[in-house]
Amino acid sequence: MPAGIDREHREREHPVADNAEILAGLAEIVEEVAGVAQDDVTAEKSFVDDLDIDSLSMVEIAVQAEDKFGVKIPDDELANLKTVGDAVNYVSANLK
Amino acid sequence: MTDRPTLRQQQGPTGSRILGVGSFQPERIVTNDDLSKIMETDDQWIRDRVGIIERRFADKDESLVDMAVKAGVNALADAGVDPSEVDTVIVPNCTMPSLIPNAAAQVADRIGIKAPGAFDLNAACAGFCYGVGVASDLIRAGSAGKVLVIGAEKLTDSVDPTDRANAIIFADGAGAALIGGSDTAGIGPVTWGSAGDLVDLIHMREQRYIYQEGQAVFRWATTQIAPIALRALELAGLSPSDVDVLIPHQANLRIVEAIAKRLRAKGAREEMVVADDIRYSGNTSSASIPLALDHMRKAGTAKPGDVVLAVGFGAGLSYAGQAFICP
Repeated sequence: MPAGIDREHREREHPVADNAEILAGLAEIVEEVAGVAQDDVTAEKSFVDDLDIDSLSMVEIAVQAEDKFGVKIPDDELANLKTVGDAVNYVSANLK
Repeated sequence: MTDRPTLRQQQGPTGSRILGVGSFQPERIVTNDDLSKIMETDDQWIRDRVGIIERRFADKDESLVDMAVKAGVNALADAGVDPSEVDTVIVPNCTMPSLIPNAAAQVADRIGIKAPGAFDLNAACAGFCYGVGVASDLIRAGSAGKVLVIGAEKLTDSVDPTDRANAIIFADGAGAALIGGSDTAGIGPVTWGSAGDLVDLIHMREQRYIYQEGQAVFRWATTQIAPIALRALELAGLSPSDVDVLIPHQANLRIVEAIAKRLRAKGAREEMVVADDIRYSGNTSSASIPLALDHMRKAGTAKPGDVVLAVGFGAGLSYAGQAFICP
């Protein structure tokens, strides 16, 4: 799919998400990638220490979050996202 | 002025086909528990991260050339073709200890192939698919009759044995395919390319040891390779639902599964068999695809006539893929 169409598609599906919507969306992704129940994916949880998510799963989560929210999450930024709340805030701050 | 001479061109058969497949792995099996005795790692950690249960390491005096010879002999036997019928030998590899001489000429000589065109091809872990593409086109152009393509690697020479990021992944082995002409298409067009701007993600520079940026390579491979595989299908006039067997380079089982998932999202069937040879062979770079193919044929999971989709990717960065009919 050309980038332009992809972007339009995302903007239509995800106009502006608030933090609760971002958290819910991330929880869906985390469940799909790492098998963690959505209810356990709360803002204060650490991806590595609490949810037992490894670095490669973090990449898969980032890639899916990029598609879902239309943001870019480069590897060096990804390294700073320690908690679910960090990820919600990053997505929120980078939404177009 | 006299007439200028015109050059004659030649033309081969319209199609090419894999006639036989063979492989060779060293005898020495190295388990995850064996590795955990010499470095800080453990069986579950390795299985979770890369999907490897065990791998094969060559002996100190067992060379890349030795392994390539055995794989090549096995491919010829599988095809029922005499070495004298082969006129070209390509050895994709990235771990030949010497740049001169190359592996291909001596491998050919030891197999008993007399005076063939012989060259190595380095496209790292994409090497086998590059080699099959070159072989197929050489045949169709009339430049070669039967081409033996042997992906062979002794990666243990190029890995710091105490580097737990890489020592758990890489292994040794060789896999070969004999390719010949055909009236019908048995090998689809190759799609290949490179991303030289990402050269720093995987390299052997200091002390010839492999270095890779695991996370960045993982992201690249899990997002950029499925589209290459789809393009290979398109070039061959096939749909994702036509694929019986998917053989991605066996880099990491999680990359393999991510590629399969993306292809299934584009219409590949749930029943499509996906190579997981890395579990017992490790990552053998340019040998991984033919090793997997040979093992799957012997196990009956890849059957004669199956549509196989192969895609290689690795240092360079480089990538290549094609569809072919399983011999």
